[in-house]
Amino acid sequence: MTFDPLTIRKDFPIFDRSIRDGKRLVYLDSGATSQKPRAVMQAESDFYSQHNAAAHRGAHQLAEEATEAIESARAIVANFLGGATDEIVFTKSSTEALNLLAYSIGSAPVGNRFHLKAGDEIVVSEMEHHANLIPWQELAKRSGAVLKWFEVDKDGRLDLSNISEVITSRTKVVALTHQSNVLGTINPLTELVERTHEVGAIFILDACQSVPHMSVNVAELDIDFLAFSGHKSVGPTGVGVLWGRSNLLAELPPFLFGGSMIESVTMTDATWAPAPRKFEPGVPNMAQIVGLGAALNYLTAIGMEKIHEHETHLTEYALAKLQEIPELRIVGPTDMSLRGGAVSFTVGKIHPHDLGQFLDNAGIAVRTGHHCAWPLTRKMGVASTTRASFYLYNTTEDIDALVSGIKDAQKYFG
Amino acid sequence: MELDNLYQEVILDHYKRPQHKKLSPTYDAQVHHVNPSCGDEIDLNLSIADGVVTNISWDGVGCSISQASVSILSDLLIGKPIAQAYSIFDQFVALMQSKGAIAGDEEVLEDAIALAGVSKYPARIKCALLGWMAFKDASVQAQAKSELE
Ligand SMILES: Cc1ncc(COP(=O)(O)O)c(C=O)c1O
Repeated sequence: MTFDPLTIRKDFPIFDRSIRDGKRLVYLDSGATSQKPRAVMQAESDFYSQHNAAAHRGAHQLAEEATEAIESARAIVANFLGGATDEIVFTKSSTEALNLLAYSIGSAPVGNRFHLKAGDEIVVSEMEHHANLIPWQELAKRSGAVLKWFEVDKDGRLDLSNISEVITSRTKVVALTHQSNVLGTINPLTELVERTHEVGAIFILDACQSVPHMSVNVAELDIDFLAFSGHKSVGPTGVGVLWGRSNLLAELPPFLFGGSMIESVTMTDATWAPAPRKFEPGVPNMAQIVGLGAALNYLTAIGMEKIHEHETHLTEYALAKLQEIPELRIVGPTDMSLRGGAVSFTVGKIHPHDLGQFLDNAGIAVRTGHHCAWPLTRKMGVASTTRASFYLYNTTEDIDALVSGIKDAQKYFG
Repeated sequence: MELDNLYQEVILDHYKRPQHKKLSPTYDAQVHHVNPSCGDEIDLNLSIADGVVTNISWDGVGCSISQASVSILSDLLIGKPIAQAYSIFDQFVALMQSKGAIAGDEEVLEDAIALAGVSKYPARIKCALLGWMAFKDASVQAQAKSELE
């Protein structure tokens, strides 16, 4: 099957509507959230209309079907990531998955391999989304651990020249993004993961911006934990995934407590069910989990390699066209090695908010601001940027529309 | 085009030639406000004497709406008795929150009436209000200080 974004677009009902008085929707904000194909909406709706009951509870047929539905979704996610089924924990988002890790690690008692004591180190980078920064800042404050980070250079790459000073024998946790949601930079993981394991620490990957866009295999990457969000992967809102190595999930204490995560309970104490159940208290977001399964099946049917290739082509095209615009500055790498489809830029003195508003008037949806990575925008020397991000349904025409929109904005605000 | 309702001539003028955009060396209150959703920041100095706003000066980075709005505010409120400034403040905030339902009183709001179009763009209301909230905060602090003295 050849890859055709226009055919793909027909699967996404939102492209049938128009924007701001009849304009074609040019959606360049998939880095914030992706649009949803009909198959995903249908899967959610089928769950509610055919199989709805509380999974893992009750002895009736619907409960059985609901359980089967979410457990098959778990298997789909596991396959998609190259992990085992019982290594998949459903959360409400990657934000929750990362907080789960930070809280669980923070509650590990002395003797547990995750236990943190004053003087231990947690490593992040300057390019983290707030969701993979603040949980670690707070954990450091609670535990007395020291927060350290890799810096970002002027091209928007991680500076790894001092890797052995940043990741040391005191390091317990290294939590890094796979792809920056602002710069589009893809981080070289091999060296980082090797160094992390050399010092006996665990490696946590924020894969929010990579899993939806390229083939990510946890075994090949040799990482320990990974988080991503369904809604950025053509899936529903309200569902995220934490993957962890099974031996690590077994030792990690739970974060949220309640129904269905226990083995046994008395009035004063409780013991935990094995992972993943130990991390999934309460009736789960069943319809969303099922929808996520449908989403990953949809992406797999198209092919992650093809999607990545398409986005690479779009990004290359966008970088070339955007750089022809006078006064436009790309904030992030301009070469295509280890680079994904999020392109941030500034345009002369035009404030991103004004540019975004102007583009919106032409039907073009982009993101403006600091993109929940405030320390990074500061480091890059800008107050905020405009970001275009691409996905499988985008075309070079979308980028042409963006380019001409920016030029019109320059005349308007000039 | 539709956008011209938002970006009125007056707004673009104030944006390109902002008024009172240089922090005064003396003041009764100095505040720093940010818009956490976009990172825009403003510093505002306020002087009040005998119940009258005697000076407003500011500096900051932000979009045309936020910059024009604080520029307009400075022009409008300098020289006004504080009670009148508050009444203008209230009318401006009501206008911003009206979703386009009220037109605003040009006699009272003068140039600030040009920002009426902002009320139809929910994401931009915070931009227009950034400087006004800074003014309100500064005025409360300045008055508290003068009561102490
Ligand atoms: C790199 C990265 N990490 C984490 C998140 C948080 O994802 P969510 O809001 O779905 O929890 C995002 C979302 O923008 C992101 O881009």
